[in-house]
Amino acid sequence: MTAPEAVHSGVVAPQGVWWKPAHKAEKTWVAIAFAWCMILFAMMPIWHLKGQQNPSGIRGTVDPGRFMARTQEFIAAYQVGEENGYPVVEPPAGADVYMIGMMWRWMPVLRLREGVSYTLHLSALDVNHGFSLIQVNGNAQNVNFQIVPGYDYGLRIVPNKTGEYRVVCNEFCGIGHHAMVGKIVVLDATAPAMPLLKDSTATAAAPPAADSAKGGAR
Amino acid sequence: MSDVFRTCAHTGLKVHKDADALIKANAVVATVMLLIGGIAALFVLLTRWQAVHLLSAEWFYRILTVHGMTMLVFFILFFEMAILYFASAVLLGSRVAAPKLAWAAFGLMVIGAGLVEVMMWTGKADVLFSSYVPLRAEPPYYLGVILFAVGALLAVCVFFATLVVAKREKTYTGSVPLVTYGAITAAIIAVITLGHGAAIYIPTYFWSMGWMNVDPQIYRLVWWGLGHSSQQINVAAMVAVWYLMGALTIGAVVLNEKISRTAFVLYVLFISMASAHHLLVDPGMGPAWKVWNTSYAMYLAVLASMIHGFTVPAGMEVGSRLRGLTKGLFEWLRRAPWGDPGFSATVFSIVVFGFVGGITGVTFGTEQINLTVHNTLRSPGHFHATVVSGTALAFMGLTYYVVPLIFRKRVAFWGMAKVQPYVFALGMLIFSMAMTFAGTFGVPRRHWDISFAQAPFDLQFSPTVDLMIGIMAIGGLLAVTGGAMYIVITVSSVFFGRPVGDVAAMAADPTGIPQGVLKLPPQTHTVPVQENVTADRGPAHHAPGTLVLVGVFLVAFIVYYFLNWQLLAGAWKIG
Repeated sequence: MTAPEAVHSGVVAPQGVWWKPAHKAEKTWVAIAFAWCMILFAMMPIWHLKGQQNPSGIRGTVDPGRFMARTQEFIAAYQVGEENGYPVVEPPAGADVYMIGMMWRWMPVLRLREGVSYTLHLSALDVNHGFSLIQVNGNAQNVNFQIVPGYDYGLRIVPNKTGEYRVVCNEFCGIGHHAMVGKIVVLDATAPAMPLLKDSTATAAAPPAADSAKGGAR
Repeated sequence: MSDVFRTCAHTGLKVHKDADALIKANAVVATVMLLIGGIAALFVLLTRWQAVHLLSAEWFYRILTVHGMTMLVFFILFFEMAILYFASAVLLGSRVAAPKLAWAAFGLMVIGAGLVEVMMWTGKADVLFSSYVPLRAEPPYYLGVILFAVGALLAVCVFFATLVVAKREKTYTGSVPLVTYGAITAAIIAVITLGHGAAIYIPTYFWSMGWMNVDPQIYRLVWWGLGHSSQQINVAAMVAVWYLMGALTIGAVVLNEKISRTAFVLYVLFISMASAHHLLVDPGMGPAWKVWNTSYAMYLAVLASMIHGFTVPAGMEVGSRLRGLTKGLFEWLRRAPWGDPGFSATVFSIVVFGFVGGITGVTFGTEQINLTVHNTLRSPGHFHATVVSGTALAFMGLTYYVVPLIFRKRVAFWGMAKVQPYVFALGMLIFSMAMTFAGTFGVPRRHWDISFAQAPFDLQFSPTVDLMIGIMAIGGLLAVTGGAMYIVITVSSVFFGRPVGDVAAMAADPTGIPQGVLKLPPQTHTVPVQENVTADRGPAHHAPGTLVLVGVFLVAFIVYYFLNWQLLAGAWKIG
């Protein structure tokens, strides 16, 4: 015969030793919860090994002015046209691609290829910005990155769906924040490349053929 | 002795006059803050609802700053200070240590909060709640936050000193009650939080004066040590309130002190690391740092929440069964006092916090899944389910007991009070779920115009997003209605309410008095160990209904978690 058991509520000060063995139901739940927590933990390293989407990137500090200069060099090397006053750039496969966020634009407009890998360097000139990739009239999965001035976030990317994308700023960056929308176009791997402006001064004034009709002047 | 203490007729607790007054003062200011933040919430909602789009861009970001700061910092912390005085002085029957210092702390908090409010409303701090450097507010804004934080820190010191006084003056025997233990947890996390606050707001104040530089990434790292840890104070305080309200409303028992207290210790040890999940897609930190910190060291703080998520309802079930509600799995729930707003608010707080806030929070805080979450509407969708439907709703439930027990007034508009938790909880549930769903399309948070009318490149979200934003607006309006009901009820009760009267008067006319105050359920039981049941299934631990409920929870968790991995797998290859 065991002694009667005393139980009390959470507002009662327990007397004597309260470090007592737990009962089976509680032990079982704690064990299940702990096992689930281990699964939650394991999934992250597993995805680094097996998954295709990891926010690791090549990370480093960079002077914002220096990053701006690199972006301008990149634009000069691979510019193929202009849209709404934004340079349109078509880098070759495997290139280091630069995009800079500043109050309140993303520069430049990019033309990338499906299934081709690039290193996309993202940084900010002034304050924090948010890089949010959204497909226009499509269901490509939205992905997001924090863009911090003074830090270069070099992401190795492979676009997997052709179409038009927008880069929406999703970190508050001042009164013009909501107008900060950039553009990326993902082309089929076999689509013909546009001539580089630096190679052909004749085409420099011409608008980029494929996209100018859609973009329009707003 | 008798002139500084009164003995509560309902609970038998000795209440110190200073504790009484400090609880009242903090609760009143908290309600004022809730009113300001609630008005701001309505304007934010009516602007983000594109069909109305009420405010200009300038005022939208300004009012959004007000909403975040007033709700997440001022409302919550003033209310938590009231809880700390209750959990120390009242529950332990002690005097408040250093009452003058306690009032000075309160004064500093009021001055700091007032200064910040003035700066925000006059457009000198349009930097949103997080005020990421190098966005700059006028220096007095940062000074206001520092004054508020110093005041809060002093009040926490008074709380610890009161614990020492109670122990030394032997106002209780044994160990502190579990509710007080939970409040101690909240107070320890508050010290960690306010330490981070000092470490970031003082340099930022100097930076705003032009005296030094602050690195934007370091700012984000340290600021979230404040910004997120402050939400962990809320979690610990909320769980303590769950145990408290369970006890007062239906005599919930503590299944096992060791398990519940260990879970609180896990919060203290690991939960502060959770602030790392704001930096999962930041350029400053590497994957190992992200994986370790965002998992709060292998999710040991999540384990703590899952433990409380079991022991709180199980304690309610066992307490109810011991009072005779033993039929089937759920008689204890069916015949629970659903007309008592203290009880219904507590239950809705537990359910929405767990099923919506908890599951989304852990899923979104996963390093890679965060790619599909960061700064979209999924994020505020998550935290409105934790800090609003969880913490604020639990505090509302507690208020219905604080009004008669501390303010000695009957709850006014009693009929409205009974439905208030239902209106608020349903509204917030609809609001946060619709918001989370809209966010899966990439709809940004903190954004004035998602029609992008002024952008150089056009973008239209799918019609589903419009529908979700519409549903979000309906849920939000319902929640604002519930919040307004709460303010009308509490202000009327406190300033114009009828006194509770003595026990006989209450028995004659119980209007405005929750059933747990009218007749406090038994707080202790002596359970004979029966011959015909095994020890494990003895009546002091028999909670089969709760086992079913947590099973449903676990399945929902697993399904949602892996659905999100599937979603992520469709994205561009990124590495």
